Amino acid sequence: MSAASLWLLFVVIGLGTFLQRFLFIYLFGKIEMPDWLRRALRFVPAAALAALVFPALTHPTGHLDLSLHNFRLLAGLGGAIVAWKTRNVLLTILVGMILLWGLELAFGV
Amino acid sequence: MKKWSGKNPALFFLFGTWYTHIKNKEKLVYKTMRMNKDFSAGVRGALPILIGVIPFAMISGVAAASVGLTFFETLGMSVIVFAGASQLAVFQLMSVGSPWIIMVLTAWIINLRFTMYSATLAPYLQKLSLGQKALLAYMLSDQAFGISVGHFASNEKISHRWFYFGAASTIWVAWQISAIIGSLLGALVPASWGLDFAFPLSFMALMFAALSDHPTVVAALAGGIIAVLAKGLPYNTGLVLATFLGIAAGYAAESLKARQGVAQ
Repeated sequence: MSAASLWLLFVVIGLGTFLQRFLFIYLFGKIEMPDWLRRALRFVPAAALAALVFPALTHPTGHLDLSLHNFRLLAGLGGAIVAWKTRNVLLTILVGMILLWGLELAFGV
Repeated sequence: MKKWSGKNPALFFLFGTWYTHIKNKEKLVYKTMRMNKDFSAGVRGALPILIGVIPFAMISGVAAASVGLTFFETLGMSVIVFAGASQLAVFQLMSVGSPWIIMVLTAWIINLRFTMYSATLAPYLQKLSLGQKALLAYMLSDQAFGISVGHFASNEKISHRWFYFGAASTIWVAWQISAIIGSLLGALVPASWGLDFAFPLSFMALMFAALSDHPTVVAALAGGIIAVLAKGLPYNTGLVLATFLGIAAGYAAESLKARQGVAQ
């Protein structure tokens, strides 16, 4: 990715994100957020983040791999337990990475 | 006996002006004290949250370095976008070579939650100039929203905007400094460590934090499973599709639950 298209990417994402933050503060008193939209938006973090997480574990090299040789899937499941119990980003990363390195050291080729 | 001011209307006028001036100044001083008090309350409210903000910002800086962004590019993105989860998502998509438009759409979808925050905070951030509203909107973060809404619920008679400004600006400054440090540290980490695996791991922690009830779990399961099934779709469009279907599934589960509640 060239430097120019990289900066353009930042600006386009940044502008859209700013509008999302600004829109309803600006529109207050003019347009209320419809109830169905408010209800739907509640599910965005769960759905979007799961859509990023699941394929990253099941398709580590771009192909579906549900075998025991898929270390990222195994380490990810370990990380999921930590994430579930603690909801702590740093701890989840630490445990997940250590599991991945451990599996690669022990069983990797 | 005549009053002294009655002798000279000009004197009376002068005295009146002076008196109003003093009274206004008193009001202004009081108002300024109130602002300072609420601003610093906002700063203090944000401090405990920084324990979570600082490592997450540093991770985003390390992640930026791991996909090859320079120090300057990392800082630029961090200031322009200022939304950690979407920045990490973009890095993950960069590392697998996704097209530009998918990176933009994914980042926007992840940041859709800000419209909800913005609608919730809007009543507290009125009677401000357009520029002031824009500045406060730009600083909006998950943490600033959470702290402010929690504080407003139990404190009615405060300057809401100053409290919010105190909390949001504290988080903004801590975020930028930590991202810079992360970027410098990340440049030292070799690619062979497989640090790109930190992306799904960090999303996992954020995802579990978003699972507050049964319908949100349905949204996550549907979004995740559809994303796996739709992985083969061209240009990584499965990600966007899965997110929308996941939202729809959560919405449907909530409606169903509400209907069952009525029936019982």
